[in-house]
Amino acid sequence: MAGKAWRSAIVNLLTKLGLSINGKEKLKPQELSRVVGAAKNETPQSRTFIRGIQTVTLIPGDGIGPEISNAVMKIFEAAKAPIRWEERNVTAIRGPGGKWMIPPDAKESMDKNKIGLKGPLKTPIAAGHPSMNLLLRKTFDLYANVRPCVSIEGYQTPYTDVNLVTIRENTEGEYSGIEHVIVDGVVQSIKLITEQASKRIAEYAFEYARNNQRASVTAVHKANIMRMSDGLFLRKCREAAEKYKDVKFTEMYLDTVCLNMVQDPTQFDVLVMPNLYGDILSDLCAGLIGGLGVTPSGNIGANGVAIFESVHGTAPDIAGKDLANPTALLLSAVMMLRHMGLHGHAKKIETACFDTIRDRKVLTKDLGGNSKCSEFTEAICQRMKDMD
Amino acid sequence: MVLYRVLSSSPNKPANALQSTLLNMQETIREPMVQDPTQFDVLVMPNLYGDILSDLCAGLIGGLGVTPSGNIGANGVAIFESVHGTAPDIAGKDLANPTALLLSAVMMLRHMGLHGHAKKIETACFDTIRDRKVLTKDLGGNSKCSEFTEAICQRMKDMD
Repeated sequence: MAGKAWRSAIVNLLTKLGLSINGKEKLKPQELSRVVGAAKNETPQSRTFIRGIQTVTLIPGDGIGPEISNAVMKIFEAAKAPIRWEERNVTAIRGPGGKWMIPPDAKESMDKNKIGLKGPLKTPIAAGHPSMNLLLRKTFDLYANVRPCVSIEGYQTPYTDVNLVTIRENTEGEYSGIEHVIVDGVVQSIKLITEQASKRIAEYAFEYARNNQRASVTAVHKANIMRMSDGLFLRKCREAAEKYKDVKFTEMYLDTVCLNMVQDPTQFDVLVMPNLYGDILSDLCAGLIGGLGVTPSGNIGANGVAIFESVHGTAPDIAGKDLANPTALLLSAVMMLRHMGLHGHAKKIETACFDTIRDRKVLTKDLGGNSKCSEFTEAICQRMKDMD
Repeated sequence: MVLYRVLSSSPNKPANALQSTLLNMQETIREPMVQDPTQFDVLVMPNLYGDILSDLCAGLIGGLGVTPSGNIGANGVAIFESVHGTAPDIAGKDLANPTALLLSAVMMLRHMGLHGHAKKIETACFDTIRDRKVLTKDLGGNSKCSEFTEAICQRMKDMD
């Protein structure tokens, strides 16, 4: 490429990644390798990419979903994040043949954009359709649920300095849904563990650890009891470890992890495990840092799809009253920015959010204050303006 | 109640913050076990969940070294046990902490209806730990197993 064209390509790339070549801080080694990697891998995007702006599918959800989504959009705007939101509704509809599915325009949007941000969804009882989360999971083959749990300064819990990530296999295991009655009063439930799914989650865990500068990955299992199923899972983790020698690999029984987790969570880093254990441990770890109201979550799917979401409920009792706490959705959006390589913007928004909480002047009720959602949002926006 | 008293005199471990904050549970907001275990009473569950939760709860009060356990069988059989390991590195050196096995034995006495004796032994054990003068290494002291044992025996003699 000619000199000027090359330079503007680099500048565009840096802008896209949220980094500045004119900025005072030097590029960190990992950021630099990301830029180089991205430059090497720049291919015509199937993802929407117009003048450095990336389009993301936004699913506001139900209850407090719309207001916390608005808060996130407002904060992203104040941060000048290069994101364009494409709002979609995912309420299940009956497709041809009577099968429940998510609306075609929502699917099309996600397939095109690859990245989504989702608020809480309600599953109406007696609606006849399966849980929306399950439908999303199946539609996009969301095989990894990732929850980083980091202690939040200013929101005190009995545990400090928590900094771990749970990576849960989300497609099979104990939640295969295969149950049957043997005879009256005797029910059997099948825990399905496949080589393919185990290999996929194990490799994702190590890849995540490497990309996020995490020192170790611990496989959580009960292979001493479930020798074949957890044994297979563990074997695939060990094989993946061989390919990632730069990341330390350990194994620990689930019950030992739980015992140690409540005594000293600082000893843990990245944890990878099958479905049920992940369901339990991810909520346990969320509890350590303050609950589902402040915990981010991401779901990684096949074909480059990733949906980030708040995992708390719809809170119908406070919906529409400007009382909700947008932290969980905001931190999930920050996770999304990092996934997209927009580290600069991620850091800026995250710092503004944490500083606001640490300051303890403007906090929503669940965080111990009595400010409105809009006031909390405004405080974060103001901090970012002051950073510039 | 029993388990909570053990916690209040537990050793100086990283979980110290846990101890002092658990004594001030009013400020916690959410439900989970790790944030407010005091909301729970008796929990019954299938095998795997019990494997997980029983170890998790043992962690809340200080670990397997201080947690009693009992196994109830058919035909009136019951076996009470300490659930920690064999600790081969300190075996035979008079360094072990007998608390878990002792509290399991107290559980056994209660199961047998011998409540008076159970209360006496348990009180002596808890008072010794609370006193913090004679404690085995894992509890934060540097006494021998025999000294810890003797302290409990002495307390019971003093009770009579």
